[in-house]
Amino acid sequence: MNELYSKFRSLKDKIMHILVYLALIIALIPLFSILFEVFIRGISAINLDFFIKPTPAVGEIGGGVANAIQGTLITIGLASIIGVPIGIITGIFLSEYSENKLYTIIRLLNELLNGMPSIVIGLFAYVLIATVVGFSVMAASFALALIMIPIVSITTEEALKLVPASIREAAIALGTSRWKTVIFVALRITKKAIITGILQAIARIAGESAPILVTMGYWKWWFAGLDRPVANLALDIFLFAKSPFENWIVLAWGSALILIIIILSINIVARIIMKERY
Amino acid sequence: MIMSAYKIEVENLNAWYDYKHVLIDINMKIKERTVTAIMGPSGCGKTTLIRCLNRMHELVPKAKVSGKVIFNNLNIYDNNVDPTWIRRKIGMVFQKPNPFPMMSIYDNVAFGPKIHGIKKRSILDKIVKQSLEMAGLWEEVKDDLQKPASALSGGQQQRLCIARALALEPEVILMDEPTSHLDPISATKIEMLIRKLAENYTVVIVTHNMQQAARISDYVAFLYMGRLVEYGPTKEVFERPKNELTERYITGKIS
Repeated sequence: MNELYSKFRSLKDKIMHILVYLALIIALIPLFSILFEVFIRGISAINLDFFIKPTPAVGEIGGGVANAIQGTLITIGLASIIGVPIGIITGIFLSEYSENKLYTIIRLLNELLNGMPSIVIGLFAYVLIATVVGFSVMAASFALALIMIPIVSITTEEALKLVPASIREAAIALGTSRWKTVIFVALRITKKAIITGILQAIARIAGESAPILVTMGYWKWWFAGLDRPVANLALDIFLFAKSPFENWIVLAWGSALILIIIILSINIVARIIMKERY
Repeated sequence: MIMSAYKIEVENLNAWYDYKHVLIDINMKIKERTVTAIMGPSGCGKTTLIRCLNRMHELVPKAKVSGKVIFNNLNIYDNNVDPTWIRRKIGMVFQKPNPFPMMSIYDNVAFGPKIHGIKKRSILDKIVKQSLEMAGLWEEVKDDLQKPASALSGGQQQRLCIARALALEPEVILMDEPTSHLDPISATKIEMLIRKLAENYTVVIVTHNMQQAARISDYVAFLYMGRLVEYGPTKEVFERPKNELTERYITGKIS
């Protein structure tokens, strides 16, 4: 009787194991089929021209997405210059100054911003900036910066909260003022976690297309100033893919592959940074 | 103004955490270049008392203090006194070794002087060496100054924390049960170090361990439920306690 029961249990255990693995495989199939499809179709688009030539005209053969790569880097760069410092400062405020009167409001706004659909943020940037200076890098970067702020601030806040009180006391007992304790001790200890948060925020905005669409629109030329639009990889994919031109469709797959590689590498770098600790 | 013979004079000190009255009318005078041990059962206010001596108590939300702590003829609770200045002059070593993580041994010791504006490498080098020597750690770490402080043993970390406090050239060193997290050998090293430090500094140490208080202190204070029950030369207090509570504590009847 007892032996039978134990056999039944081990059989149950095996069945559960198989079910769990099955569920895992089912979950991974779409992911890998997307990666596989993009890789197979994208790789054929990739050659030297792809990286150095701008968008080809309709009917033109070859060409590349160099202008979109340039535009994406500029847009992300400007968004980071705006979003990262504000995100870090917000994170510090939320972690260190919880007794401040503004704390509840800022915490609420930050969470609201975090949950805001990116198209809504895009529309906000459109109304605030694009209606004044026109569709531009400025408007797009502003929208992307707004998406970055809560991601960076939440990681910063969480990292700072993990700094043990005993370490803060050690600094304060050496006559260190409060803000110097935050900057020279707490931020220094949590540097890696914060950098990881920044990289994750960058990976997130690199793939955004909706806010780009409403703030900058499509642009097939090179960068021509911050008050003008610039090309963008995510948006190129959208426009190229639904175009009827064979050459553009190929470029769309190539762009998708490049975008996935960029985002994947940022994530991998973030993970490596997180693991390297002494 | 006549300089007092005492380094620290505590006058009618009261302390609260929110509505909890944890120190009641403490009066004690601490002589320069002596080791004063504060002992008493858990929760009697020992730690609160030394945290009041360098204004660390007020960092706890809702904590309050009244009374005076006179350090070099200056009441550290006067309105115009900068607490960060007080904490430079009155250093502190904590119960659990707390070196800064992700910082080297060198950076840990140089932290205080750097924060207070010393930038020249040669001066910092000298301070780091002197402080580590005084803490009895120099010989063990002189070749590993750039290694992370977290690689040191617990006892070494605690001596590093002492060196870090000494780097600011304080006049008083407060220690909150500095050996309670250490093995007996490391603890003995710290005790010997404390005796040596008393040649140049005024040391106030909180201890749970009566034998330790008897071994290392010149004066001992016995605190019970927030009140200073007895205070005097160590030998006298241990051999001829005046108060019945002290006697019961020393003989192990209350703990």
